[in-house]
Amino acid sequence: MPLDSRPDTKRNFSVVGTRPLRPDGVDKVTGRAKFGADATAPGMLVGRILRSPHAHARIRKIDTSKAERLAGVKAIVTRDDFPDHSDGDAALYDVLYNIMAREKALYEGHAVAAVAAVDARTAREALKLIKIDYEVLPHVTDVDEAMKASAPVLHSTIFTDGVEPKPKKASNIVRRYEFGHGDVEAGFKKADIIVERTFKTEATHQGYIEPHACLANAGPDGQAELWVCTQGHFMVRDTCARLLGMDISKLRVTASEIGGGFGGKTTVFIEPVALALSRKANRPVKIVMSREEVFKATGPTASTSIDVKIGVTKDGRITAADAALRYQGGAFPGSPVEFGAMSAFACYDLENVRAVGYDVVTNRPKQAAYRAPGAPMAAFAVESVVEELAKKVGMAPIDFRIKNAAREGTKSSYGPTYGPIGLLPTLEKAKQHPHFKAPLGPNQGRGMACGFWFNFGGQTCVSLNINNDGTAALSVGTPDIGGSRASMCLMAAEELGIPYDKVRAIVADTSSLGYNDVTDGSRTTFATGMATILAARDASKKLTARAAQIWGIPAEAVTWEKGFAKPAGANAGNFPPLSIAEIAAQAGATGGPIAGHHEYSADGAGVSFATHICDAEVDPETGATKIVRYTVLQDAGKAVHPSYVEGQFQGGAVQGIGWALNEEYIYGKDGRLQNAGFLDYRIPVCSDLPMIDTVILEIPNPGHPYGVRGVGETSIVPPLAAIANAVSAAAGVRLISLPMSPPRILAALDRKAAAE
Amino acid sequence: MSGIHVTTKINGDVVEYVCEADETLLDVLRNRLGLTGAKEGCSTGDCGACSVTVDGRLTCSCLVLGAEADGAEIGTIEGMADGEKLHPLQRKFLEHAALQCGICTPGILVAAKALLEKNPKPTETDVRFGLAGNLCRCTGYDKIVRAVMDAAQEMRRA
Repeated sequence: MPLDSRPDTKRNFSVVGTRPLRPDGVDKVTGRAKFGADATAPGMLVGRILRSPHAHARIRKIDTSKAERLAGVKAIVTRDDFPDHSDGDAALYDVLYNIMAREKALYEGHAVAAVAAVDARTAREALKLIKIDYEVLPHVTDVDEAMKASAPVLHSTIFTDGVEPKPKKASNIVRRYEFGHGDVEAGFKKADIIVERTFKTEATHQGYIEPHACLANAGPDGQAELWVCTQGHFMVRDTCARLLGMDISKLRVTASEIGGGFGGKTTVFIEPVALALSRKANRPVKIVMSREEVFKATGPTASTSIDVKIGVTKDGRITAADAALRYQGGAFPGSPVEFGAMSAFACYDLENVRAVGYDVVTNRPKQAAYRAPGAPMAAFAVESVVEELAKKVGMAPIDFRIKNAAREGTKSSYGPTYGPIGLLPTLEKAKQHPHFKAPLGPNQGRGMACGFWFNFGGQTCVSLNINNDGTAALSVGTPDIGGSRASMCLMAAEELGIPYDKVRAIVADTSSLGYNDVTDGSRTTFATGMATILAARDASKKLTARAAQIWGIPAEAVTWEKGFAKPAGANAGNFPPLSIAEIAAQAGATGGPIAGHHEYSADGAGVSFATHICDAEVDPETGATKIVRYTVLQDAGKAVHPSYVEGQFQGGAVQGIGWALNEEYIYGKDGRLQNAGFLDYRIPVCSDLPMIDTVILEIPNPGHPYGVRGVGETSIVPPLAAIANAVSAAAGVRLISLPMSPPRILAALDRKAAAE
Repeated sequence: MSGIHVTTKINGDVVEYVCEADETLLDVLRNRLGLTGAKEGCSTGDCGACSVTVDGRLTCSCLVLGAEADGAEIGTIEGMADGEKLHPLQRKFLEHAALQCGICTPGILVAAKALLEKNPKPTETDVRFGLAGNLCRCTGYDKIVRAVMDAAQEMRRA
């Protein structure tokens, strides 16, 4: 039985593709599931963090002496407690600087000190007694302003990379990226019609309902344990160990149930601080962020400013496409502009294409990944221009997209040539969908958009133990953020040929399993799933060897079929099949415990495409917009648990609706965030929305044994554009700034009225 | 600091505790009584993750003081199932895959139960407005609405 990972597209699945109940379900509907803030430890202290009230300030002096004298205060840490162990790793130094400010506070909410005390009240009192001497500096929060030569410069060490000659003067422009091929200028000369526009999008937050929380327990022997809600506990372990100068083996990290992440829990914020406090106090320390801290001091996504120019012939073929993307990613390098530039034109088959990206720093919190980081804003800009061009050449937008769509063999705008991809099937299916033919009411408009995401593989390690009753215990190292344990159990059951409920999957702690990359990049069902399949194949190979041993025939003469070892043919002998339970029961006598495992760097994550259709109704009196109908069509490769695939489609679409219509980080002139709460930063609520229709397409990914593609992120790429196209159609004027909140829509309607 | 002595009923059981004057009911439930099913998502009454009932009325426990629970009857997610028998809403949430991460689920279930007690035959719009005080960031609410309507139908038949 070769450990073959090519997809068997003719396979008849027995359990993969069904919709069983999730194994962690009862815990989650009864309140029993333990999330980050739900853990306690004997002698536990409460940790609280003091944060900068200034957007940009030099920290002259920190005086903690009064706070130290307050009864009940057990430890205080500041920058002095975090010596630099980064050893030239600039990205790690940025993380260190972000978790505790050093010479400067770089944004409002930047941590400047932390306290561990016997209770929350004492900790709060202690924070008030810490005196910080700030020298307030000029600040900048807007991406275009930050790029100007006159802007306040955050870091004296940033000299724009990727430009020749390298600048001699420090600036806020970290790096220039360029992707594409062909000759864009020559392509525009062949165009009959060119549309060129500039777009802006505001920063949004992932908005997970569970604030960051952790419980650290470090002792004077140098060992420590950490309980934390995170998308990647191995990442937390390695990062904290390096920041604190610990051996990795001395820190054991357990991932709690996680209350949403969407990319925002792929780095550390409070974890090293809690460990440092615990080490200093020699007591367990729990830190739970408030919602205000989540908004001000974790990682929202970038705000952007994007120019797009596309040229077409009269018959609707794109001749050239060009974009300049400017993304600010907060106070440190690393905005997702590289992904934005790579993905901007990924849906199209283009002879001449260029996308230039600029990574910019501003006095805002350091951005973190947010679901398909960088791609939704780029798609908003490009798909808005595509819709406009289609109308200018007199084509239906869907036919225009079909005509120019990337397909198998297309050289993508970011380099690689596509294998089998699902863009055209989603477009063709969309065209036949009843949504496309449904009549529109007054003040309603219909829009559509396509979206692309890369998907990732990454380092993965899985262990699968066969219990002596023939059931299976599966250990994975990727936190389950939306039902992935159910998918893992389905894949293990499929391979072993046992019922779904005979497999129990857990997310193992960092001392129980080898390293696993973070749950991100839509990688878990793909990469951990493939590792699970290969671990199950490894186990079934061992099971057949044990059966061969029991029968006294060569291992090659035994096959594994639907949960039973069977003689491979008549020549092998006439033995009744042995079930997994029968083989497992004899494990002690045939060589000991039976387990399968797999460790690898997963490659071959298939790219993913989606097409979204949206109907929006705009109230011309108030500027308020309602989404009246929404349909998602996306390629899943193979839907392992279709209900959770649909859930990913729906959840991504609705996050996109929030981004498009309501959500934004609003800064005052003082550089302070003005809406750091769920009342003023309004994410969609149940009564804002219609049902979200879904269509799952299955174009197998050649890189996975069942054809699985990641599905989690693509669904947030098209909505901003689909909604902007629908709102623009309803309002009769092109909307070029997000969010399309009532004041912006009214302003656009006024502009339209003035022009008429 | 002198604590306040409180006698209350939680999920039908008499419970006594001592809390501080400025302590919320949510903090009492979670930190003093070990009832961590109610979650803190915002502490400003905007997300509904801490939903409980106080004398039958749907309430954000982050907006009520622990001291105010004296003499009241509190209902939390921990009291929703009847022994090993799940409430129809709990069962339908699992069947419809109406949760992804599950952090908002306890609050939404408490809110949905309160809604169905007032309105056993809700329309989709009734459900959507009945749950408008409970934020879910994962699901887009589609499967939640379906699960609540399905549970309502089953409960009407029972």
